[in-house]
Amino acid sequence: MENLILIFISTVLINNLVLTYFLGICPFLGVSGKLESSFGMGMAVTFVMTLATSISWLIYHFVLLPWNMVFLQYVIFILVIASLVQIVEMFIRKFSSPLYQSLGIYLPLITTNCSILGVAIFMVTRNYHFAEAVVFGFSGGLGFALVLLIMAGIRQELEYADVPGVFKGAALTLIIAGLLSLIFMGFSGLVSS
Amino acid sequence: MMKDFLKGLWSQHPIFRQLLGMCPTLAVTTSAENGIYMGLAVIFVLVFSSLVVALIKKFIPHQVRIAVYTVIIATFVTIVHIFLKAQYPDVSMALGPYVPLIIVNCIILGRCEAFASKHSVSTTLYDALGMGVGFTWGLFILGSIREFFGSGTVLGVAVLGSAYNPLVVMILPAGAFLVLGFLVAIMNGLERWKI
Repeated sequence: MENLILIFISTVLINNLVLTYFLGICPFLGVSGKLESSFGMGMAVTFVMTLATSISWLIYHFVLLPWNMVFLQYVIFILVIASLVQIVEMFIRKFSSPLYQSLGIYLPLITTNCSILGVAIFMVTRNYHFAEAVVFGFSGGLGFALVLLIMAGIRQELEYADVPGVFKGAALTLIIAGLLSLIFMGFSGLVSS
Repeated sequence: MMKDFLKGLWSQHPIFRQLLGMCPTLAVTTSAENGIYMGLAVIFVLVFSSLVVALIKKFIPHQVRIAVYTVIIATFVTIVHIFLKAQYPDVSMALGPYVPLIIVNCIILGRCEAFASKHSVSTTLYDALGMGVGFTWGLFILGSIREFFGSGTVLGVAVLGSAYNPLVVMILPAGAFLVLGFLVAIMNGLERWKI
């Protein structure tokens, strides 16, 4: 239990996927313009990431390892993620129209979100057992959502600021991300390893 | 032909103009050498995946094309990953999880979708090479700047002497964001003054 809480804290705050592993930077630059869409994207990623990590773990340990097909892991993982995104999209379109309205448009974007595949790969290299993998997937998504929301809040304020022309857009977002990364380094003393 | 090659080097540069493939760009550029290795791996995957897509584009059903592209890319990435692990274990260690993450590098999927699926095999080859080389020089520049300030070396050779106190932040994740932010701003400036 203690272990799971440590994984949660360290994935959300200390080793945040976006700010220390640079995973999911593309949606981070693209979607972080508005608070509402950031929230939608963050929730969609958390949902898919938790599911994808759990299913990838099951496939890795019950199919790939016993059948000696570990070399296929990347092809299998990306297929799991792509089909999962498709299934989730069909499922919520059928059963919950308001949820589809808010999350639907972000789902296709998630397949190419490197953080999902990244979490699946980290889960294997770090030898997590099942419960750890699920918590890792969930907290990875929450960490992504947290940074996305912070960034969207800052960018919304900056809309009215007078920024030098060449820094407008991506350049400024990257520099803010750099500062955020410095700030998040302050959490590194939280868990002593 | 030449135009297809050159656009990836400058006018449609994948990193500075299109802002694609950000995770390897930021993650592996702690030194110029790592940047070049990552660039070479991406060139290999980009060229072969684009060629395969250009060859079989007529047989891919439109609805599942993204899944098909992804599987093709994942296959070549697996080849690179196993090859590096066997032949160059040091490089494999240095690049870590970012080799398998080439699969979700948006440059490759982007070129397959936007170019290879609509053009002939030979044009695709030039386009893929141009984008790959453009990506590599971007990584090299970013890696050189971070390495120079962060460890005081150029391509692994110490140039600043022992009196230099390295700016450690440059090789930390924060430095990657800051340097890339300024490089993108410089490229915006160059574009504005029509260079």
